[in-house]
Amino acid sequence: MAVVFEKPKALTDTPLHYCPGCPHGIIHRLVAQAIDDLGIEGKTIGVAPVGCAVMAYDYFACDMIEAAHGRAPATATGIKRCKPDNIVFTYQGDGDLASIGMAETVHAAARNENITIIFVNNAIYGMTGGQMAPTSLPGQVTQTSPYGRDVNHCGWPIKVCEMLSTLEGPEYIARVAVNNVKNVNQARKAIKKAFENQINGKGFSLVEVVSACPTNWGMTPQKALEWVESDMLPYYPIGVYKDRSAEKEAAK
Amino acid sequence: MAERVLMKGNEAIAEAAIRAGCRHYFGYPITPQTEIAAYMAKKMPKIGGVFLQAESEIASINMVYGAAATGTRVMTSSSSPGISLKSEGLSYIAGSDVPALVVNVQRGGPGLGGIQPSQSDYFQATKGGGHGDYRMIVLAPASVQEMASLTIKGFNLADKYLMTSMILADGTIGQMMEPISFEDAEIENYEKPWALTGTEGKRKHNIVNSLYLKPDELEKKNFERYERYKIVEENEPMWEEYMMEDAEICVVAFGIASRVAKNAIVAARAEGIKVGLIRPITLWPFPVKPLKAAADQVKSFISVELNMGQMIEDVRLATECKRPVTLCNRSGGMIPSPEQVLDAIRNAQKGE
Repeated sequence: MAVVFEKPKALTDTPLHYCPGCPHGIIHRLVAQAIDDLGIEGKTIGVAPVGCAVMAYDYFACDMIEAAHGRAPATATGIKRCKPDNIVFTYQGDGDLASIGMAETVHAAARNENITIIFVNNAIYGMTGGQMAPTSLPGQVTQTSPYGRDVNHCGWPIKVCEMLSTLEGPEYIARVAVNNVKNVNQARKAIKKAFENQINGKGFSLVEVVSACPTNWGMTPQKALEWVESDMLPYYPIGVYKDRSAEKEAAK
Repeated sequence: MAERVLMKGNEAIAEAAIRAGCRHYFGYPITPQTEIAAYMAKKMPKIGGVFLQAESEIASINMVYGAAATGTRVMTSSSSPGISLKSEGLSYIAGSDVPALVVNVQRGGPGLGGIQPSQSDYFQATKGGGHGDYRMIVLAPASVQEMASLTIKGFNLADKYLMTSMILADGTIGQMMEPISFEDAEIENYEKPWALTGTEGKRKHNIVNSLYLKPDELEKKNFERYERYKIVEENEPMWEEYMMEDAEICVVAFGIASRVAKNAIVAARAEGIKVGLIRPITLWPFPVKPLKAAADQVKSFISVELNMGQMIEDVRLATECKRPVTLCNRSGGMIPSPEQVLDAIRNAQKGE
C-alpha cells in the first residue's frame, strides 16, 4: 500500500502538549518537513523559546537548546558563530520575539546572522494564560486588556515583517499563515526557503507564521481560523517582505 | 624563563584567554574593562577566532550560552552594571551545566555608580546575582600576573566542573600595568559528550536545558549540581598566607585591597605588631580552612574591603565567630590608604 502521509523524521515520538486546535503542531510539522526535505537533521541545532513552544526541544529530533525568554536569536548567534557548518534555527512566539526579545531580533537581522527564525504570531501570550501581546490587535480582549486593547493607552501592535524589511541586513522576510490548506502549503515553501537560504550562506531568514490560539481567544478551533482570516490577516498581510536574492535577480 | 612583557591587567586577561584556546568572545563596551574587547577585536580575526560586539550585555551572555552549549571555549567580560544585566544568562548557564568564563572588572555601585575601582560585587559574585540555586567559581586576582594565570585556570575549572568561572577583578588591576610572563598555558581537555554539534544521525539528540517542570526532577538536578559544588569546595579553594606564622592579628583582603594591606602589615611589623594576611584567591569556594585554623591562633581579624563590608560575613562564618572581626573599608571607588589599614591594625592590637 502506498504511504500518502507520515510523520516527518525530524519530529520525535513525544506527544505534543499543545491545546486541542492549536496550530503549533502544524508549524512544527512544517519545520520538520523542511529539515527532512533538505536532509539536514544530523547537522541542525534548534533553539526553543520561552512560551508555549518552550518544550520544542522534546519534539524536534535534532540537537536542541532551551533559550532564555526572547534571547533565542542571541543564543543562536553564539551557536552559529562556533559551528558555522551547522544549521541553526529558532522557533519563537510573539511575546518572546517581538516584546522581550525585540533587540535580539533586530540586531540578529541587522547583522544578517546566517540563521533561520520561525516566528509564530498568534496575537496573545498563550503559556501564561492569555495576556496582551505586542501583536494583539487594536480592541482585542485579553486578560491584561480586559476592555480591549486601547492603542492610546498601550500603543499599536507591531508589524515585525514590515519593520525588519526596512533593514539592509536580512536576506529573507516573509509572512505566511496556517489557517487553510492553501496557506499551509505556501507556508511550507517559505519555511523551506528560509532553511535553504542558510544552507547557501545567504543569511538571516525569518518566516512569520500567523497562527491561532483558540484556547486563549475563547473560540472554537474553527472560529479561531476564521478570525485569522477576518481580523488577523488584514492587519498582518501575507507576503514576501524582503528577498534580497530575488530582488538582485530581478534587477539583472 | 618565559619572556616578561609589560601589560595592562585587562589586556593580560585577553591574551591569557587566547593562550588558553579561547577563540570566541562576545561583549559589550563598558568602562573600566573595554581594553579586553578592544584586544579581542584586534586579535581574533587574525587567528581565526570570533570577536562579536553584541547589542547589549544581555545578548552577549546569551551568545556565550549558545557558544558554550556547543562545547566551545567562550568568554565575555563586563563591569558591574553590565554584570547585573548578564545575571539572567549566568543563571541559565548554571541551570544548563555548561562551562563559560565571565570577567567582572568591578566599578563602584549601586546603580550607575561610578567608574572607579570597587569590590562591591562580592555578594553578587559569590552568592549569585541571578535567580535560583547555583554557584560560580569566583577568582580574585591581585596582580596583572594573576589576571593572566587565573584566566587560564578559570577556563580549565569551568570545563572540569561544567560551570561559570568568574574573574572578579577591579578597576585598579584592570587598568594598571605590570611586567608579567606567560608560562605555557596548561590547557586541560575534557570530553563534552553533551555538546550541541549535530547528531550526524549517529546518536540521540542532545538537549541543553534548564527547564524541569516536575519538581522532583528539578530537585534531583539541583542536588546533583550541589554534589559537584561540594567537590569544588573540597578541592579548589586557593589562598595566600603572608606573615601568618606568628601572627596575633589576621588581616583578610583580596584583590587590590590585599596589596594595600601588605604595605600596612610591613609597617605594623616595624612597630612590633604581630600581624599577617590571609588573601582569598578563590572567593567561592571561600578558603574556610586557613581562616578556621587562624581563629585558634589570632586574637582578632580585620576585613579590608573596597565596599561597605561584604566579605566580612564570610570571614565571620569561616571563623565561626570565635574572634572579633572588624571592617576597614572605603567605598564608591575610593581605595583605603596603607595608613588607614595600619590604624585599623593598631586599634586591633589595642583590643579596640
